Amino acid sequence: MALDFRQETFRDDFSFRNSPHAISRFPFPFWEDQYMYSINIEPHTAGKPGSVYEFPIDIDEHYLAEMHDRALVLREDPLRCQSLPHMITAEWDLLELLMESLARDYPDHFALSRDGDHWHWRNRPMKIEQKFTFGNVATLPYPPMEYITRQCQGDFCLIDQREGNLWLDAGMVTTQADWSLDFDLGMNFMEWHGPVPIAHEIGVMERALKYLMAIQVGRPVRRLNWTMTINPRLDTSPENYHKWGADRLTVTPANVGEKLHLRVEVQGLWRLPRSNAIVFSIRCYLISMNELVTVKKWGRRLPRVLKSLPEDIVTYKGLTRYRQTAIDWLARYDDGGVTSSGGDPD
Amino acid sequence: MSSLSAQFTVRVAAITAVAAAIKRFRLVSVGEALPPFSAGSHVTVTMKTPQGRTIRNSYSLMGNRHDTAQGYEISVLRTQNSRGGSEFLHDAVKLGNELTMSGPSNLFPLDRRGKKFVLLAGGIGITPIMAMADYLSEQNLAFELHYGFRNRTHAAFVDELAARYGARLVLYEQDQGKMLPMDDILRHQKLGTHLYVCGPAAMIESALAAGRRAGWPESSLHSERFQAAAGGAPFQAILTRSHQTITVGETQSLLEAVEEAGVSAPYLCRGGACGQCECRVSAVDGVIEHHDHVLSESDRAQAQKIMICVSRVKGKSISLDL
Repeated sequence: MALDFRQETFRDDFSFRNSPHAISRFPFPFWEDQYMYSINIEPHTAGKPGSVYEFPIDIDEHYLAEMHDRALVLREDPLRCQSLPHMITAEWDLLELLMESLARDYPDHFALSRDGDHWHWRNRPMKIEQKFTFGNVATLPYPPMEYITRQCQGDFCLIDQREGNLWLDAGMVTTQADWSLDFDLGMNFMEWHGPVPIAHEIGVMERALKYLMAIQVGRPVRRLNWTMTINPRLDTSPENYHKWGADRLTVTPANVGEKLHLRVEVQGLWRLPRSNAIVFSIRCYLISMNELVTVKKWGRRLPRVLKSLPEDIVTYKGLTRYRQTAIDWLARYDDGGVTSSGGDPD
Repeated sequence: MSSLSAQFTVRVAAITAVAAAIKRFRLVSVGEALPPFSAGSHVTVTMKTPQGRTIRNSYSLMGNRHDTAQGYEISVLRTQNSRGGSEFLHDAVKLGNELTMSGPSNLFPLDRRGKKFVLLAGGIGITPIMAMADYLSEQNLAFELHYGFRNRTHAAFVDELAARYGARLVLYEQDQGKMLPMDDILRHQKLGTHLYVCGPAAMIESALAAGRRAGWPESSLHSERFQAAAGGAPFQAILTRSHQTITVGETQSLLEAVEEAGVSAPYLCRGGACGQCECRVSAVDGVIEHHDHVLSESDRAQAQKIMICVSRVKGKSISLDL
């Protein structure tokens, strides 16, 4: 099916909106009326047709606008894309994974033909056509990771595995929920997870690390993460905190429906075959409260979930300033009815 | 069985005798394409013997890492006193036979930050080292390859390696009195050099010790030690969660006996290197013989954990949380 790409912005006038179709496939992350912290990792296998899990890499109506926003971020701050020299094989692995996925799953928009090392890539929405030699950096206009992630929704981190640990050694990160690649680059798993409130629970991070180090080629996994963002802003980075931090003070009962967005990340983890590295993908979906309450079940459930949140989670996710305003506004959509289990609309 | 890896059905497309008691097998997928693989990777091959036993052994991958349409290659040394996996591959497997093979998994990866690489291989330990030399040569990275073997008859790939790597290859023929001079090899390497050694246990120990004597950091010393499980006297395993008591035969590993009883246990390398099959022990009547390279001395002293892929019990029985 050919996608209809929207013209919209994630800054200044914030013209981003979801179509009814995009709302219906939003990956609502709350399976029950209470929020329970869990590792919630599952195999990244094909989901229902039309859902964000139908294909390993999801492309949607926001594709062109997100790629434009990424280009703007990179123009202002090239350090959002960095790669240590030993990650070059992993970069090619990532390029192969993304090109193969897009060409296979979205043949109306992308095409890849391979003749040995001679590859021919076509990206019709972005009007890009490129012949290049796989493995030869000089044949592409950017290094391989930057080249392909300028053409693919979602942030991508390349993680090296050595010395019994995982190392964040490369990435393209422009749609992040308040963390910085430039700050975390070169850190190991224990270091970059330092701020997570559950981290001091003995053994949790060790178990997660052991699990991740055993991810096998062809057996990707995924999990959901969520937070909330004021205005549909993709780039909520520490580098640009001065631009968006104060937005959290602007939420009022009159504008919360429009301004407040649930931000859900579908996070994927793949073992890369040529490099033995892991790619960590973070694909961000935004939905305003006005859009969210058009799904009856979600309008009932979200206020209940927000009420049930433990204080340390509220603080960690930065919800303190506007949580009550959101609960009060959403309460009118909660008729007290029963919600079915699972995140999908009824 | 409960492998963490994808499984492929492969057809034996070529069998080549490459040295006395060593055969190389080329395995081509009959279904889904095999992925490219990184140097140092292994696969686990599942074999069903005519007696109805299932044996799973891990072998390092060789051959073309990029163009996998031609299949993966493994080289197998026929070992005596083994549980029968290598004998089965040598004697029973014919061209065109189908086997089940896991996807590639790498427990012996190259540290790509290395400025130079010293590769040491002993005997059949040449197999992962071949894939490493191939990668390093392709990437134009500095390396030297030291290969020790009993004699020319027993050494695989000598001519092939000599043709490819010329002066970067040094051979040591034991029957002519030549042994790998570990101290000489490791003493004067430049900063940022990484050692990769694969071979018999004594050779690995000697290489690591020489590295330490020369002041190498532990993080630059890498070895692959996994080996097929050895047999031993039979013993009983009491599986407390599934309420079964099973007998582990003399040519069977504990993991294989558990699998035969229809109980699912996670595994990856089946060679005592990855730690995935770690199992909690609630009681032992006898002594655990630990053959793995994962558990620490204190773990062993406490006798509360066992890697069931390679370790056994000398004595009567063991109770496991399975």
